[in-house]
Amino acid sequence: MEVYRTDIAVVGAGSAGLSAAYQAAGAGAKVLVIDENRLPGGQLFKQIHKFFGSRAHRAGTRGYMIGRELLENVTASGAEVWLDSLVYGMQKDLSLGVIRNGKHIVVKADAVIVAAGAKENYMAFPGSTLPGVMGAGAAQTMINVNRVLPGERVLMLGSGNVGLIVSYQLMQAGAEVVALVEGAPKIGGYGVHAGKIRRAGVPIYLSHTIKSVTGNGRVEKVEIVGVDARWQQIPGTEKTFEADTVCLAVGLNPMTELLWMSGCEFCFIPAFGGHVPLHDASMETTVKGLYVAGDVTGVEEASSAMEEGNLAGIGAARALGFLSEEEAKRKLAETAERLRTLRSGMFGEGRRKAKEQQLEAMEQYRAGTAESMI
Amino acid sequence: MRIIQHPILEELDTSDKVTIYYNGQPVEALEGEPVAAALINAGISSFRTTARNHEPRGIFCAIGRCTDCMMIVDGIPNTRTCVTPVRDGMRVETQHGLGTFSVPSDGGKEDR
Amino acid sequence: MEGIIYTGVPSKEELSACPGIPSEERMNRGRVACIECVQEIPCNPCEGACRFGAITIGEEITRLPVLHEEKCTGCGVCVANCPGLAITVIDRSFSETEASIDFPFEYIPLPAEGDLVDAVSRGGEVLCKGRILKVKKSKAFAGTAVISMAVPKEYIDEVRSMKRLPRRTASDTAGKNGKETI
Repeated sequence: MEVYRTDIAVVGAGSAGLSAAYQAAGAGAKVLVIDENRLPGGQLFKQIHKFFGSRAHRAGTRGYMIGRELLENVTASGAEVWLDSLVYGMQKDLSLGVIRNGKHIVVKADAVIVAAGAKENYMAFPGSTLPGVMGAGAAQTMINVNRVLPGERVLMLGSGNVGLIVSYQLMQAGAEVVALVEGAPKIGGYGVHAGKIRRAGVPIYLSHTIKSVTGNGRVEKVEIVGVDARWQQIPGTEKTFEADTVCLAVGLNPMTELLWMSGCEFCFIPAFGGHVPLHDASMETTVKGLYVAGDVTGVEEASSAMEEGNLAGIGAARALGFLSEEEAKRKLAETAERLRTLRSGMFGEGRRKAKEQQLEAMEQYRAGTAESMI
Repeated sequence: MRIIQHPILEELDTSDKVTIYYNGQPVEALEGEPVAAALINAGISSFRTTARNHEPRGIFCAIGRCTDCMMIVDGIPNTRTCVTPVRDGMRVETQHGLGTFSVPSDGGKEDR
Repeated sequence: MEGIIYTGVPSKEELSACPGIPSEERMNRGRVACIECVQEIPCNPCEGACRFGAITIGEEITRLPVLHEEKCTGCGVCVANCPGLAITVIDRSFSETEASIDFPFEYIPLPAEGDLVDAVSRGGEVLCKGRILKVKKSKAFAGTAVISMAVPKEYIDEVRSMKRLPRRTASDTAGKNGKETI
């Protein structure tokens, strides 16, 4: 059995994982990044809109350009990147089982950073399994990475930023968006993103949901219906659209499978998409040497994922002695401040509270463990 | 339909073409693209049928998580077509029901 | 219900309370940026894009951008720098009968100078014809085109963009790499 030894192993080469690798390798650690995909960058290369955030977050730069820069930085930092390599499991001692080029390799690292990301939620309704019903992220992958149009007339369900942005990008790719439907009585994402699709003539139906999707072998018709405050369908409010594609932008959930194997502690935070690992300010979980970053710690967005990646990379490098306590402290504080600004304002408030709850759960856990040892 | 020109992204390079076979029919694909992308470009949206009710399924997540897009690729069932790159001459077949691995009598050599 | 969280379109009240909107008096005088940013989101590229210091947000990047209308020259660099595509440059003094608007546009095909297009409102409603004055594409705009368009004066407070032009299929989208297949 082949064993590969490294100081720090990072699982996931997306926004968070690449940022973590860059920080840790920059501090002098031997870093290996492992990703299942053929291409690095995670979801960054699908993001063709200009990012928000501050200039420190390269706001105003399109996501895929940020991805390119990040990748260049990681390559220059000396970190090794294994693509097309599947981490299928993790032992309690943090060793990783990896399948690479059809071969089994065990990766042993002194610290592991899991940045596995998130996957899209599904929503069931009559016809929801018909070909042509897909995640909004799937449509985004098809148009922006694979450059094929999954359909020409799309109905979008969900008005969070994903639903709004993907609607806009579908139109940029040449599709029509026949309607955006949202169950809640208000638009979930940024008004400016909603404004872009309104100017393009897309109607937004609030307090509506999909009643059914029908078609012979694939999506042909979508019936939507109004819902009341208790999300019950209101008969008589149905509207029908001709469409060949339905995109579901109904949230994401963290891909925590590997973390569960490690035995680290979790808490349940609906605002973050479900069960999320407890972690401290340097992103270390309840398992010593196991760090987390990005959407796997709770679904947020790419800029926050990059900053959490920075925190985890700095934290792991400090723990292994590659950064002095003082330098690490300064870097962690700078990063935490940038992260704070991303979690402020009317849209950041919920995420800030959720993150506080998660950090507090970690403190309580550590205090509890300390007590039980007395 | 392929998105050749795009307001933001560079023009798509379509020069490197390969041919895959979808249920025996030739389908043009771009070198390196996932099987699912080539099929969607060709207007194919149903990739497999379910075991019990024989209902069609297409792509859902397109990132290799949900397994809705599984097909038989070069004889191997349960292949996630959204993350499997095309190869010239590749044989892609609609998968009906659960995939079955059979070991042929010649010990595993391809016989098709 | 009115308001940006219900319609995606800022209401009259939201716009009049918005610190990025110039005064009537300044608008009448000539080219000026009109920043329709009414929600506190973490974003500040516009502040850095303006070399005249006419847009300020400050340390707390969720604050709304404040337009200092006397410093604004109407140069329009902020238009392509706003990730929310929420900035236009308005010139009510364009001519006797017409006003002009510079707006960001990220679709293809682009219109050509002199084209008559459908001018649309914030909600996508076609209001009047617009005459294309200029189509600016620059590397610094990172893919966003900035389009100058003249419209009858009475529509200038409502017009914010133009209707997308139809994409001619197949042959049009095939590009210079050759014919579209399958």
